Amino acid sequence: MSTDIGMWGVPLAILGGAIRVSTPFLFVSIGECLTERSGRINLGLEGTLVFGAMSGYAIAFETGSPWAGVLAAALAGAVFGLFHGWICKFKGVNDVAIGIALMLLGMGLAFFFGKPYIQPVAPDLPAIPLGWWSDIPQVQAALQVNALFIIGAALAVAMAWMFRSTKIGLTIRVVGDSTDAARAIGLNPNTVRLLSTAAGGALAGVGGAYLSLYYPGSWNEGVSSGQGLMAVALVIFARWNPIYCFWAALLFGGAGALGPALQSVGVTSGYYLFFAAPYVLTLALLIFTSSPDKAMDGAPGELSLNK
Amino acid sequence: MADVTTAQPTRHGVALAKWLPRLEAVVIPLGALIAGLAVFSVFLAVLGKSPVDFYALIYKAGFSSAFSWQNTLSRVSPLLFAGLCVALPARLGLVVIGGEGAIALGGLAAAVAGLAFAWAPSFLGFIAMGVAAMIIGGAWIGAVGWLRIRRGVNETIASLLMAYIAIALMNHWVEGLFRDPASLNKPSTAPLPEHLRIGDMPVGIDVHWGFFFGLLACLLAWILTDRTTTGFAARIAGDNIRAAEVQGLPVGRLVIGFTALGGAAAGLAGFFEVAAIHGSANGSLIVGYGYTGILVAFLARHNPLAIIPVAILLAGFEASSGLVQRRMDLPDATILVMEGIVFVTILLSETLYGRIAIFKPGFWRADA
Repeated sequence: MSTDIGMWGVPLAILGGAIRVSTPFLFVSIGECLTERSGRINLGLEGTLVFGAMSGYAIAFETGSPWAGVLAAALAGAVFGLFHGWICKFKGVNDVAIGIALMLLGMGLAFFFGKPYIQPVAPDLPAIPLGWWSDIPQVQAALQVNALFIIGAALAVAMAWMFRSTKIGLTIRVVGDSTDAARAIGLNPNTVRLLSTAAGGALAGVGGAYLSLYYPGSWNEGVSSGQGLMAVALVIFARWNPIYCFWAALLFGGAGALGPALQSVGVTSGYYLFFAAPYVLTLALLIFTSSPDKAMDGAPGELSLNK
Repeated sequence: MADVTTAQPTRHGVALAKWLPRLEAVVIPLGALIAGLAVFSVFLAVLGKSPVDFYALIYKAGFSSAFSWQNTLSRVSPLLFAGLCVALPARLGLVVIGGEGAIALGGLAAAVAGLAFAWAPSFLGFIAMGVAAMIIGGAWIGAVGWLRIRRGVNETIASLLMAYIAIALMNHWVEGLFRDPASLNKPSTAPLPEHLRIGDMPVGIDVHWGFFFGLLACLLAWILTDRTTTGFAARIAGDNIRAAEVQGLPVGRLVIGFTALGGAAAGLAGFFEVAAIHGSANGSLIVGYGYTGILVAFLARHNPLAIIPVAILLAGFEASSGLVQRRMDLPDATILVMEGIVFVTILLSETLYGRIAIFKPGFWRADA
């Protein structure tokens, strides 16, 4: 039974879509936030996301447990992160370029090993029906919230607390702001960055598992359309703050949901343009928040992004 | 004897100081390429596939006969242009990776210009198409340089975002405004008239003119970067932007100019794909040439002349991809994995420059 709620379906579908679409943005961006706070940039998270989507789907299919898939995706992401962190340790190696190489390698490996898993159907991650109080099916549909979204939101809060109030957070911030200062107080910047990049990779891997195990909920070679890369831009917009990353992810999710939401009420012209809305939004925000002469507020001092 | 030993080091020293860095710049990337292919061999061996068979098939399908060379060379053109789109901005220290977008919009612009100039004689039509592709591609990537200079927007992320936007725009227009109603299954622009299709070069094998113009573009780019004061200024700015500004170099104009030139090159890739291969603009333009171009440029260490052999090598890999898949029962992403591994080893090899003793003049002097 469906209730006709007319054009109200659009904002409702955007809200529901924002929650659904934002989860991978959320995981990749808080992962990248962690890595960048330590002074490195990992542009390869798009590759990590795709590989996470593939490995999560494959393991969920083989074991029958979607959570085993999430774990596998996190492990695979951590391995990519470790690899990135290890290579960047060498003198003269450019972390931006390595990120691009790992983006291609991650996608290549995901397509290579993921070929046999395009057909089979893996179990989905469960959703929590937060719309139980309403009897309008559209509201219920919009508020079907996946557990990973809630975990991601909690992680964002926890990470903000970690940066502000814990020794680990302080260590990461010192290393990110000045390699020399970190060395002077006896920290090993390379180790801190290695671990931060690995943890960031693990989070991006989980974001990928969400793509293949919940929404859109299947594995194929077009499973990601640049979410991993947009999330990197989103971190800049969010001023390297995990809480802002959460709100920015929701905003991007909403932009991503615009096209499908309009399509669901019959607006089909300009489909490709609505599809491009998140990219336009990202670019506009980047232009708006960047500055030609001064380093950005909150930017870690050692980040090569702003030179 | 005493005269000889005191006189020789200076003369040798000059020659060594000149040639050793050049030798280093060839040996290290070549070594890294071989190392990458070796790592990929291990990958194949672990999966129970024979690396020897793999490379033999690549040689057979890509480089062994006139037919395979034709197969390879016909794929080189877009890689040359896409490589330039990365290499030219890289001279200024910019990592631009959105060439795919300029290829898409350049191809569309060429197709539309071709239809608008259908009445014109071939040479005029080709010029209109080429210029349209270069202007659109140049404006698209030049905008990335402009944003970098005026707003400090990171060029790597901006260029990739703009590539996604460009592809969306191309799809939108190919399915709407410029759609040929007769193209049912695959939305395309109307086919170009026969006299505006680019043919093969008169060299005995079927390789279209895009190859020639790609080589020419690389040569011109090399002259610009390595033989002109503009190129020299760009290199200084690439080493240290602040120092270049202090010296009064027009950094802003250099950045916008080099990104626009790179984009114009990528636009030409789209033009040749449309005019020589597809005959109209459609989704076939988006096959990842822009991304392979990133690898081409990094393998060539952003030297426009080195782009030529690298592009031929990678075109050979891609030309043999189909045969490798069928004969060895490997997925089509195999070449992508190989390219990714080679990319990583090439970047890793950057750490070796200045650290290998035999490339230091001192090593040879101490010997003498």
